[in-house]
Amino acid sequence: MKKYILNRLGLSVVTMFIVATIVFFLTRILPGNVARRYLGRSATEEDLVKFNAKFGLDEPLFTQFYSWLGDLLTGDLGTSMAFNKPASELLLPAIGYSSRLALMSFLIIVPLSIAGGIVAAMYRGKLVDRILTVGGLSAAVIPEFVWAVTLILVFGVILGVLPVTAFPTRGDPTFFAQMEHLILPSTALLLVLFGYIARITRASVIEALESDYMRTAVLKGLSRRRAVVAHVLRNALLPSIAVIASQVPYLVGGLVTVEIVFNYPGFGTILRDAVGGRDYAVLQSGVMLTSLVIVLFQLAADILFAVLNPRIRSRITE
Amino acid sequence: MNASTSAARTKSNAERKTIRAERLKLLRRNKAFLVGALILGFWLLIAVFGSIIAPHPYDAMDFMAVSKKPSGTYWFGTNKLGQDVYSRVLAGTQLIVWMSFTATALGTIVGGTLGLAAGYFKGWFDIILMRILEAISAIPVLIVALLAIAALDGQSSSITVGVIGFVFAPNIARTVRAAVLSEAELEYVAAARLRAERTPHILFKEILPNVLPPIIVEFTVRLGYAIFAIATLSFLGAGVEAGSPNWGSQISENWAYIFSNIWWPTLFPAAAIASLAVSVNLISDGLLEVFEV
Repeated sequence: MKKYILNRLGLSVVTMFIVATIVFFLTRILPGNVARRYLGRSATEEDLVKFNAKFGLDEPLFTQFYSWLGDLLTGDLGTSMAFNKPASELLLPAIGYSSRLALMSFLIIVPLSIAGGIVAAMYRGKLVDRILTVGGLSAAVIPEFVWAVTLILVFGVILGVLPVTAFPTRGDPTFFAQMEHLILPSTALLLVLFGYIARITRASVIEALESDYMRTAVLKGLSRRRAVVAHVLRNALLPSIAVIASQVPYLVGGLVTVEIVFNYPGFGTILRDAVGGRDYAVLQSGVMLTSLVIVLFQLAADILFAVLNPRIRSRITE
Repeated sequence: MNASTSAARTKSNAERKTIRAERLKLLRRNKAFLVGALILGFWLLIAVFGSIIAPHPYDAMDFMAVSKKPSGTYWFGTNKLGQDVYSRVLAGTQLIVWMSFTATALGTIVGGTLGLAAGYFKGWFDIILMRILEAISAIPVLIVALLAIAALDGQSSSITVGVIGFVFAPNIARTVRAAVLSEAELEYVAAARLRAERTPHILFKEILPNVLPPIIVEFTVRLGYAIFAIATLSFLGAGVEAGSPNWGSQISENWAYIFSNIWWPTLFPAAAIASLAVSVNLISDGLLEVFEV
């Protein structure tokens, strides 16, 4: 087990190194004109030299790459060129806000999607199943912003029952007021992620329902519901864990758009502003932090998966 | 020797034909697939003939008819600039259709070639390629695209197409590689090697036809994601020309007005995105069902 975890950990480090390489060189595809793009056409040669010296852009590209990597490893996220302050001062609070929205969404998405998958599996082939599977997967391919705007139109404007910004504006909001503001954004994310998680849960529940141990349980006299709760879920939820972890990149991508629509001061809004303002340090560090979160989730899911299922553990280590 | 191998090949060709006929029959009976194909067909027709049937130029402004409700003159109403929403939705169709199809085709060609090579050569080439592909998929598609568009300073749809194509290549490569890994063990590949066929011939003439089904399914799945990504990017204002009638751009320009009950410049392009995305998804679902039987 220890060997497996070390092995996976090593692979994650390699992945992060490659991500860093891609992120760094992607932002420098057109070498040398960061300063020009940032300062605009009216900047003089002297301004450019000064700017490059200030941000270390006058050194060879590989030196810059390694000092950037070293800074990241010691927790220095660079300096925002747009705000002239440490990028961490912008990114860390934003990531806090985003995590809150992500957590709230996860708390809604995961149980609902798993329940949806179980219901679909138990009524396999019936109308409920068709609605949940076809409906869920159709909803999943419609972009978050389309859902977000439609939800705002229906619940915010026509019915007027829910707040249309993700962030309470007045006073010192209670916990429930804050949660209320997160309902619509979370629902937009739910609609996109429900289908994938429900489909995998459905497939593994069906597989478990058809297994020998399930037949034994029913023959033993357990009611179908008892048998599902006692035997099926334990086995069927394993693949769901893997799928939920694999959906984290989509959740993060979705957060970016949903935050922008609902005017939420999270990571997505910062990222959009950094793209618009060509704020490279914020952009690079922001993407690195995102990838780190995703890689860690993947790692955690793989380890959890292996702990829960020894058969898979030996298969992976081979 | 020569005669017997060619006999074996004609037989496998005949088999392939019956399998294909069987699958077509199944597809024709698959309701979800048919509905999807019908809707996609409709959008493809609009993409081709949209500019002919559009009642107004998509960028013409009529300041006497600003934010008008849908009516006989303006079927989908007008936006705050007095532009005809119906004509703009038609013009946007062409953009999203060419962008998403080209991007997916690019990703399929690049990813398919890499996947074929990785699955066939294995060894170091495979290991390194797979590591890089895994790293790319650790960054959300939308964020890589935003990053690349910012880096390339690209407010142009062709750059977006290129970026989306390259971002999708890893996933396609992975699918193709998995299919090739099991194919490469089969006898016809060994036979081709014995005949001293050149590697490109083995890859593209022998293996490729046999891994086409997963590639076709993957193409339609990625097409759905491409529509998703391109619509979202244009909504965020990245990688599209200013004033373009992209469906996503139309929504981002007009959605704030839904608070004044001016819903039509937002809802019509939104419905267009939804129906196009769902139609492609129904098609890929149908194909998946049929090919996996």
